[in-house]
Amino acid sequence: MNPALQGLITIIIGVGGCVGYFYGANLFLDKVLFKAEGPNAGRNINRANMIRPWVFLMPALLALGLYLAYPVFATLRLSFLERLPGNEYAFVGFENYSKMFAEPKFMEAMLNNVLWLVVVPAAATAFGLLAAQLTDRLKWGNIAKSIVFMPMAISFVGAAVIFKLVYEARPEDVAQIGILNHLYLTFGGDAPVQWLQVPFWNNFFLMAVLIWIQTGFAMVILSAALRGIPEETIEAAVIDGANPFQIFFKIKVPQIMSTIVVVWTTITIATLKVFDIVFAMTNGQWETQVLANYMYDKLFRANDWGMGSASAMIIMLMVTPILVWNVYNARKEMQ
Amino acid sequence: MDAIAGRKPAVVWALNISVVALVALWLFPTLGLLVSSFRTGDQITASGWWSSFLPAEQTIQLRVADPDEARVDLGNGRFMVEGNIFEGENFEGELRSWATSSRDLGAFQPGDVNDLGDGETLTVQADGSYVWEGNDDQISGRAQRVFLDVTTPPDFTLDNYSFVLFDEDNSEGMAKAFMNTLTVVIPATIIPILIAAFAAYALAWMDFPGRALLIAIIVGLLVVPLQLALIPLLSLHNAIGIGKGYLGTWLAHTGFGLPLAIYLLRNYMVGLPRDIIENAKVDGATDFQIFTKIILPLSFPALASFAIFQFLWTWNDLLVALVFLIDATGETTVMTKQIVELLGTRGGDWEILATSAFVSIAVPLAVFFAMQKYLVRGLLAGSVK
Repeated sequence: MNPALQGLITIIIGVGGCVGYFYGANLFLDKVLFKAEGPNAGRNINRANMIRPWVFLMPALLALGLYLAYPVFATLRLSFLERLPGNEYAFVGFENYSKMFAEPKFMEAMLNNVLWLVVVPAAATAFGLLAAQLTDRLKWGNIAKSIVFMPMAISFVGAAVIFKLVYEARPEDVAQIGILNHLYLTFGGDAPVQWLQVPFWNNFFLMAVLIWIQTGFAMVILSAALRGIPEETIEAAVIDGANPFQIFFKIKVPQIMSTIVVVWTTITIATLKVFDIVFAMTNGQWETQVLANYMYDKLFRANDWGMGSASAMIIMLMVTPILVWNVYNARKEMQ
Repeated sequence: MDAIAGRKPAVVWALNISVVALVALWLFPTLGLLVSSFRTGDQITASGWWSSFLPAEQTIQLRVADPDEARVDLGNGRFMVEGNIFEGENFEGELRSWATSSRDLGAFQPGDVNDLGDGETLTVQADGSYVWEGNDDQISGRAQRVFLDVTTPPDFTLDNYSFVLFDEDNSEGMAKAFMNTLTVVIPATIIPILIAAFAAYALAWMDFPGRALLIAIIVGLLVVPLQLALIPLLSLHNAIGIGKGYLGTWLAHTGFGLPLAIYLLRNYMVGLPRDIIENAKVDGATDFQIFTKIILPLSFPALASFAIFQFLWTWNDLLVALVFLIDATGETTVMTKQIVELLGTRGGDWEILATSAFVSIAVPLAVFFAMQKYLVRGLLAGSVK
């Protein structure tokens, strides 16, 4: 069957099924299970209203439980097992973890990930703040913002192609088509450089892609926060003779600190999960491995579910502090 | 502050220039790919994309007509070949200089007579017409080579797009992958919205024990990396017979998108005026009616925000498609996967790579510019504060 037709049928079945479920379950509750008539009408209405939230929540809870909560425990379990031929498993304790920590490629991925976690959120937030502040009072600021924000819509894979062209190196005697090498040679470089193959520094060329994508996000959020700052505080600083830098760093930044933290943690999460960029641009060669790509290698190339799951748990472990922090804040806000 | 302190022209200039630099830095990489997708492979390798808007200077090598066929007997043992050097070439541009040897390129201006020795001469005019004259021996055998320094005007083509999208013989074309991506994206965007809207309403406006705990759990699930879900869910899909395919992918995208959807929609719905909902309740509306007749229409901006997020995310996704969709036959490949393949097989063919990438980037970019307002709103509402 034509996949487009199949898709159309699925949409109809899926959407129809959802609507049908909600409508039908609601009707069932009111008309069959707890009829709002007869001697127990009042009690029945109350009962129906106690159950209704769960009718509304059911599909979402099922999907969340099955697709997000269950995998956390299943992966944890898998990380302590070794898959044997014939679909059997043996409990090996922490062996997957100790094997993994002994692997140089894993340590490389860990170190690179830490580097990513330090550089990308900091750079994206800083650029975002800079862009938000600079474009704020500009006549064409909104156009500028749109353009900085635009990479948000571009896939990691698309961005990988875009930046591969930027980093492209050609032999010395022909024209350079990568703008970075062109500029490098124009400003006194000796020979074209294969930027993605220079160990250590190539990590930064990969990070540039994610910074390029995430800066727009930081800018949008921080720009809204900057506009929320009360004018009086700034006016007071101006009257006291503060210069623009003092106003920015001593008056504005402290007031939006909580938003900066939110932006920082959100980008941190995105950075932790980075996969596509490394997968498409270097695939972990030339010492650019990161955890997510390492995990993909283990799971689907080496077919080692134990170590793959163990590395996934490491990613989960690194996310956990932010998870706890977010839940804590959300609960505090609701009270 | 600016209104109070006034602004010095120099500061305004510096501000404008730095924003221009910032915008250029963010725009140039994409622009490079876009421009390259409209150039031929030869043009891309001959010069950087940034010089494609200027006339290109290049040296081309052509031959005059075959003397054994085209020569004219002038008598006295003299022969001549006449014609236009650009004949048969699809040439637009200007001839600046020419030569007959690669060692002294550009030696002659158009109209100059090049003395090739022993009475053999060649003249090339600006329009490419030439006269090659000499004796029987000289005007025979292989045709004379001419090296031409020419300036060609900027030239862009749509051929790459027609090759990548519409060429039936192109086994690496994007048409099928485009349809597959669309097939993944549309159900994967609509279904979570429906499910999340009901759940968000329950969490925002219905009172039941455990509500606060549920909201906290959803906030926690927002950041769970989907990497953890790959193996357990693939095993599950295999065990219940879905295997790799669209159904599993739709379900996976639904599951992964739900926390953000519920979170965004709940935050928005909580902010709706309480009076409207209470009035409706007093008038005897049921929860179901309140939801469908009041909450849903009022929540349109939040629904639109999430729809854009989910659309961008599923359209741009690679990992979920790799794990849950694309099987060994490759029939269900999506565009992101196709581009990664092309990076491997056609790494140097920038015209194909650039065009394929742009086919996949174009739709999200269009959505982005059309619905930017909702995207920004969603971002502001969705970042956990």
